[in-house]
Amino acid sequence: MSNTLDAYLVLSGLLFSLGMFGFLARRNAIAMLMCIELMLNAVNLAIVAFGAFLPPLRDSAAVIALLVMAVAAAEATVGLAIVIAIYRNRRTPLVDEYSQMRE
Amino acid sequence: MLTLPATIPFLGWTWNDLLFLVLAGGLLGSALFVVLGRNIIHSGLWLVVGFLMLAGLYALLGAPLLAGAQVLVYIGAISVLILFAIMLTQSKAGPARLVFHHQAWAAALAALGLGLLLVIVVGATAWPLADGSAQPQTSANVASALFDDFVLPLEIVGVLLLAAVIGGVFLAKKDDARESDSDI
Repeated sequence: MSNTLDAYLVLSGLLFSLGMFGFLARRNAIAMLMCIELMLNAVNLAIVAFGAFLPPLRDSAAVIALLVMAVAAAEATVGLAIVIAIYRNRRTPLVDEYSQMRE
Repeated sequence: MLTLPATIPFLGWTWNDLLFLVLAGGLLGSALFVVLGRNIIHSGLWLVVGFLMLAGLYALLGAPLLAGAQVLVYIGAISVLILFAIMLTQSKAGPARLVFHHQAWAAALAALGLGLLLVIVVGATAWPLADGSAQPQTSANVASALFDDFVLPLEIVGVLLLAAVIGGVFLAKKDDARESDSDI
């Protein structure tokens, strides 16, 4: 079980869909960002699993996973800064009350 | 000296199987708590647990370098950042009465559909060389790939991180002209 690629890919797919549900359904902007992190981690798990089971991809997969981590850190920084900047004006972290952008 | 049997008695799994099941169950369980939890601070703490399980999975896949990077970057940096942001935006009223949007059922349907689709596609595809245990990687190989084939993406990521840091400071900085009438 632990030595098949399918098990890891199924786990990654389930984690991704869970993160997608959270991203679409949560009202709190920071919870949405956490769900984005979950989705990025799911993709990273798939990349690392491919790298572990397909020897030609082994080193490239590790490098790509590291780069994804760095990009995720950049995304978290900017996303949280945006949420804090909006919170400072609107006094709420709930995205469905950010209706001013529609007007 | 206590030696473990090669497989788990009565079940026939290897120890790696048991480890995989525990880590995968912990990962999905903590992700569920993150997604469904009412208190967002608890969601953030469960996210840390999920990152830890994922680091264990990377180690199980023979990528100890990535496991270490996962702990350093995600648990050490991103989780702390998220927890800080949660505490900065926590209103005094406590957790929101309604955690999900009213259209959450549609999101649940979409996520369920996507999960089923991914599982079916993974099951139906015959991956080349998919049978065989995980190959461990050495950090020397990773380093030579990082600084040889991937040196341009590495530099670009460095510039991106710098831009993100500057952008984060600029966005979160107090805007004095606009903030003069509201007390923060």
